[in-house]
Amino acid sequence: MAAAAAETGSFDVEFRSVARYFGEVRAVDDVSFALKRGSFHSFLGPSGCGKTTSLRLIAGFEQPSAGSIEIAGQSVVGVPAYRRPVNMVFQHYALFPHMDVAANVGYGLRQRVPGRPRLAQGEIDRRVAEALELVRLPQLARRRIWELSGGQQQRVALARALVNRPTVLLLDEPLAALDRKLRREMQIELQNLQREVGITFVLVTHDQEEALSMSDTIGIMKDGKVVQLGSPEELYDAPVNRYVADFVGESNFFAGQVAGSDNTGGTLVTASGLTLKAPFSRLGARLKTGDRAVIALRPEAIGLWRPTSPPAGLDVARPARLTNRIYLGDHSEFQVEAEGLGPVLVRLPKSATHAQGLEPGDQVLLGWQHERALMLAES
Amino acid sequence: MLRGYAAFVYLFLYAPIALIVLFSFNSGNNASDFQGFAFSWYVKAANNKLMLGALKNSLVVAATSATLATVMGTMAALALQGVRGPLRTIFDGLTYVAIMVPGIVIGIATLIALVTTFDAANALIAGIWPGEAPPKLGLGYGSIIAAHTLFAMALVIVIVRARIAGMDRSLIEASADLYADPVATFRQVTLPQLMPGIVAGFLLSFTFSFDDFVIAFFVAGSQQTLPIYVFSSIRRGVTPEINAIGTAVMLFSLTALITAQVLLRRGRKPAG
Repeated sequence: MAAAAAETGSFDVEFRSVARYFGEVRAVDDVSFALKRGSFHSFLGPSGCGKTTSLRLIAGFEQPSAGSIEIAGQSVVGVPAYRRPVNMVFQHYALFPHMDVAANVGYGLRQRVPGRPRLAQGEIDRRVAEALELVRLPQLARRRIWELSGGQQQRVALARALVNRPTVLLLDEPLAALDRKLRREMQIELQNLQREVGITFVLVTHDQEEALSMSDTIGIMKDGKVVQLGSPEELYDAPVNRYVADFVGESNFFAGQVAGSDNTGGTLVTASGLTLKAPFSRLGARLKTGDRAVIALRPEAIGLWRPTSPPAGLDVARPARLTNRIYLGDHSEFQVEAEGLGPVLVRLPKSATHAQGLEPGDQVLLGWQHERALMLAES
Repeated sequence: MLRGYAAFVYLFLYAPIALIVLFSFNSGNNASDFQGFAFSWYVKAANNKLMLGALKNSLVVAATSATLATVMGTMAALALQGVRGPLRTIFDGLTYVAIMVPGIVIGIATLIALVTTFDAANALIAGIWPGEAPPKLGLGYGSIIAAHTLFAMALVIVIVRARIAGMDRSLIEASADLYADPVATFRQVTLPQLMPGIVAGFLLSFTFSFDDFVIAFFVAGSQQTLPIYVFSSIRRGVTPEINAIGTAVMLFSLTALITAQVLLRRGRKPAG
């Protein structure tokens, strides 16, 4: 056991070719990954992508149809949920309504677990108080669950899971039920909490901002598969395909066919006949001539100018018409209709003086440099 | 206009009951001529040996059948959780039918079933009994309890099923996630969650059995329950004593019913 632990010592959760079928539906389809110990992981994807099923497979509420799962280097295939060293924060918290806050938090500590000595009442009380302190609710121990606000219930659910000092803490869309402001607060708090306790966190969410702001690594899921697993920076700067680029942040996509390529990038001809050049994504496929592909451009990678004063050094410059402008404080978003490109979203900081005073209906010039774009596979 | 109509409906519903309550405090001994306020009929009823015997029978039958019905009905409701598809529809249908069948039908059916079974069983016992006087099965306590349990069980199943359906499934998962095995989860989460429904089911079963005349009348044999006693007393004329007994029974049943309703309503209150 010591040898096995040493071998896989740096990973807390490992999936090897894991699949989970519900009848004909492949909720999780041949998924493999390893999550590093002590960091914050997220699974991000639309509903039905298999992220929640993956979480339930780790928790033990589902057993895999194929493949193997290891938690802290130990295989947990066939091990029921109540014998796994993981705890979960449920989407709607699932607090026990017939118990007060302290009884909820102490629930896991009161159970008989083979191989764990029974905890004395004093020890349980001490750890419950400690956990409530951790989530900053020490004064609410004797409250009933229905007397708490949503944010407080959230914290109690966190304390109830963390008090057991699990190997892995699972969070199933824990912030979905909170209002926007509280959600931002809890995001920061969760991140701080994770650093403080050093436990591996696995979060499931459909909110990209949530995943990006909290996670050390993110797995983007689609149709039961992990499309890309990496740091937020990697996903943003080097998406493997259009799906990831679309899901993480915002992008403009210009679809077409690869007309020529080398090791570093290629040329693409759009349906409207435009020729665009771009480097490949560092982690994406090396596309070949004839492949279907897209050129991806972040809104902040594109510039807007008055047609009379174009800057020097643009690789692509297209005449366009401004259709809408959205003022967002420190930056503005411009929707433009560019010749041969269709609708394009451009984001400029307030300091971009050359775009000041532009009004919807104005003729503008839109442009970018090749190296700011990426050539990506469609899927 | 509608308001007046509603008032009339309630007058018709409750006037007879109000009269019974009023005349139970009559100091005279006529059931239709109020002569003054007194507790004497209550005192008289409390000293009536026949009535007390019937009351004891009723309490024993109600307590036993309600307990049996609650235990068996709750177990059935839990077991039905695992049943899906057409089989479940059939069970659901049968449960509701058991509640809707008129008491008189249950009474006759149970009587025929019991008598036939007893005859066959008695013949069998007489054949294999080594001694002179073989024990004979007959109508009595046992048969009233059996008949009441049968009906009340359906009642408990319906109530507990509703409670199970309203229960948050993720509570069970949360309990498992927090190291409780299935037995511990049942004891610490499922049972407390269902408890209001179970207690309400018990109280309703108890009042049903305690108040039931029709079924008991058919299968009681020579035993007397309180409703049967009241019925047979009335044939000798209604005295304020019967009114006093009726009022006491009504108060008792009403308390149980209100308690059951309060429990069921509290059960419906959302947790969050």
